Amino acid sequence: MSETSDDRIINELSNKEYEAGFVTDIETDVFEIGLNEDIIRRISEKKNEPEFMLEFRLKAFEKWKTMTEPNWANLKYEKPDFQSISYYAAPKNAAKYNSLDEVDPDLIKTFEKLGIPLEEQKILSGVAVDVVMDSVSVHTTFKKTLEEKGIIFCSISEAIQKHSDLVQKYMASVVPVGDNFYAALNSAVFTDGSFAYIPKGVRCPVELSTYFRINQANTGQFERTLIIADEGSYVSYLEGCTAPSRDENQLHAAVVEIITLKDAEVKYSTVQNWYPGDKNGKGGVYNFVTKRGICKGDNSKISWTQVETGSAVTWKYPSTILKGDNSVGEFYSVAVTNNYQQADTGTKMIHLGRNTRSTIISKGISLGHSNNSYRGLVKIAPKANNARNYSQCDSLLMGDKCGAHTFPYIESENATAIVEHEATTSKVSEDQIFYCNQRGLSTEDAVSLIVNGFAKEVLNKLPMEFAMEAQKLLSLTLENSVG
Amino acid sequence: MAKTLISIKNLKASIEGKKILKGINLEIKEGEVHAIMGPNGSGKSTLASVLAGREIYEVTNGSVTFQGKDMLSMSPEERSREGMFLAFQYPVEIPGVSITNFMKAAVEQHREHKGLEQLTPSEFLKMMQEKKDLVEIEAKLANRAVNTGFSGGEKKKNEVFQMAMLEPKFAVLDETDSGLDIDALRIVANGVNKLKNKENAFLVITHYQRLLDYIVPDVVHVLYNGKIVKTGGKELALELEEKGYDWIKKEND
Ligand SMILES: Nc1ncnc2c1ncn2[C@@H]1O[C@H](COP(=O)(O)OP(=O)(O)OP(=O)(O)O)[C@@H](O)[C@H]1O
Ligand SMILES: [Mg+2]
Repeated sequence: MSETSDDRIINELSNKEYEAGFVTDIETDVFEIGLNEDIIRRISEKKNEPEFMLEFRLKAFEKWKTMTEPNWANLKYEKPDFQSISYYAAPKNAAKYNSLDEVDPDLIKTFEKLGIPLEEQKILSGVAVDVVMDSVSVHTTFKKTLEEKGIIFCSISEAIQKHSDLVQKYMASVVPVGDNFYAALNSAVFTDGSFAYIPKGVRCPVELSTYFRINQANTGQFERTLIIADEGSYVSYLEGCTAPSRDENQLHAAVVEIITLKDAEVKYSTVQNWYPGDKNGKGGVYNFVTKRGICKGDNSKISWTQVETGSAVTWKYPSTILKGDNSVGEFYSVAVTNNYQQADTGTKMIHLGRNTRSTIISKGISLGHSNNSYRGLVKIAPKANNARNYSQCDSLLMGDKCGAHTFPYIESENATAIVEHEATTSKVSEDQIFYCNQRGLSTEDAVSLIVNGFAKEVLNKLPMEFAMEAQKLLSLTLENSVG
Repeated sequence: MAKTLISIKNLKASIEGKKILKGINLEIKEGEVHAIMGPNGSGKSTLASVLAGREIYEVTNGSVTFQGKDMLSMSPEERSREGMFLAFQYPVEIPGVSITNFMKAAVEQHREHKGLEQLTPSEFLKMMQEKKDLVEIEAKLANRAVNTGFSGGEKKKNEVFQMAMLEPKFAVLDETDSGLDIDALRIVANGVNKLKNKENAFLVITHYQRLLDYIVPDVVHVLYNGKIVKTGGKELALELEEKGYDWIKKEND
């Protein structure tokens, strides 16, 4: 039997190589593998942390030891061996950088390869970037402009030392230490991440952006992000991630917390492109992430937008607690899985305040042998009068070996609430591909076009700088279609 | 003497082992319009699909030479870029992809193939407008997703619009007239006539002589049971309209 077009399409796509899969040869300072109290003390010491942080870590470690890995997600993977991971890897001398000139040229090259906008021209275009390589934050651009407005944007390590009052007040206030297995682990061993504080009434004039990269083999990346938007402030925050191609699985377990006070708004966008493993399912990053925000004040808003194309296994539910009256939560997601990738992703919208509103738009795209699940919870508490939720979950399948699953949970304890859920599943058909081919588009471009059309509603939500990259990632090559 | 644009020799094709095309011979010169008629299921759409390079059909024999090149060895997208266009009998819906974006992507591919510079967005939009006027399609149709929720007639008009955009050398229109009201039929036919020139050619598949009143063919073929069993001038279409296909079937069964 001849190869069907579906097979051909899938082959073409799965043969695409992971473009960010190079390794940078830089001298690093790495801890031996394994996890115990001593390792945690050493991480804290390396980072020169105040006492409260060490206590926080040790408490989290105690908690973690009593917990077990969750099993409820629609995922199959070999559980990581936590004793075979190194919990600290830092490019040597990392902390000393004051200007770009001092940074290891190899590191700069890495970032250039990744297209990270560290150079002056990009800075002029208005993106402030914090780069986290393995465990340590190596560079934060645009600091001065931000400082003038009273905005704090720095690595979490620096924040722990210089802004310990804010850190102490807000860290783990949204994601408690014992929230889940991976959050507990992160709380014990996190090595870096980003911190942002937007003062009262300030509209952050630039997009804040963090790039995460795992470079070192056998290291886990456990970053911690904390964003606080004080009353009436606004910030748009971007997060991007890549990792080299390696045969063994790498673990990434991040925690992101967002707090919005009265009338504040945070827009959080992610383009996640961790190494997904090869086309036979070997290697790849385990992406187990806890992201949660709280609309603490009235009339505040948190909006999550994510484009998930990488990782071998993704377990991720950016969620919003709508505590303030009239607060708004949004979740826009595109998740693409190919080959043997698995994604179990979605959101939770917890309506506590009155007149709270949430919108969920999820677009799942499955190719190859992959599995893509949407899991969402909309919870309306008894006091959340007139709460509204609208959810839409669409799945697009290509070929007949992949799967799409939708698990929407609704718990409403208030009769005045209105919760709407819509779901569709469709297939990229051979007819569609052929129709595009007949107009002169290659199969790859055809798939890009169809996938982008399918995901348009979400891609439109991304900030300009990210939209392009997301499109490129989405179907890998989009140069020839419309921007 | 006009040059031969496409030459089909003893073309045989099957699907899932079932023989559909059983030896097609057809030669079309630049500037010509050929019509193909024939009963349902005789293989007209199959011929169109095979010419366009649809992989589900297996070509078991024969050759197709298009502008001197072996067309059967080209991928469907190469055939398109080389100037072959198929107006589908059943145009396909592509949700979320606007006609504008779709055509922009297609035109870019065609221009790149020809080594032409890409159009600026405003040049492209101007071209869209010209072609919309040419085939008299409503401006707002172009902002909608390709064929999605279009009426039968709108889909057919959209095919002609795309043809106008891509300016093919050789276009196959597979029952582009069916499902059109009288006005739409005239519009579509006029569109084709405006696109027609000395260097291109059309192969028009139809069941109705009516279309051929508007698009006057140089040659009419009857396809029956996978073979061209009769070839004549435009009067052959009139004869078929009058007598039906029974006499053709009798002659060939
Ligand atoms: N994908 C397919 N699978 C099985 N049989 C097919 C397929 N495509 C075409 N055929 C068969 O091939 C024969 C020719 O079909 P084709 O669509 O080419 O006819 P046609 O002349 O275009 O008919 P109509 O006038 O109804 O459009 C029919 O018997 C049809 O059932
Ligand atoms: Mg047909």
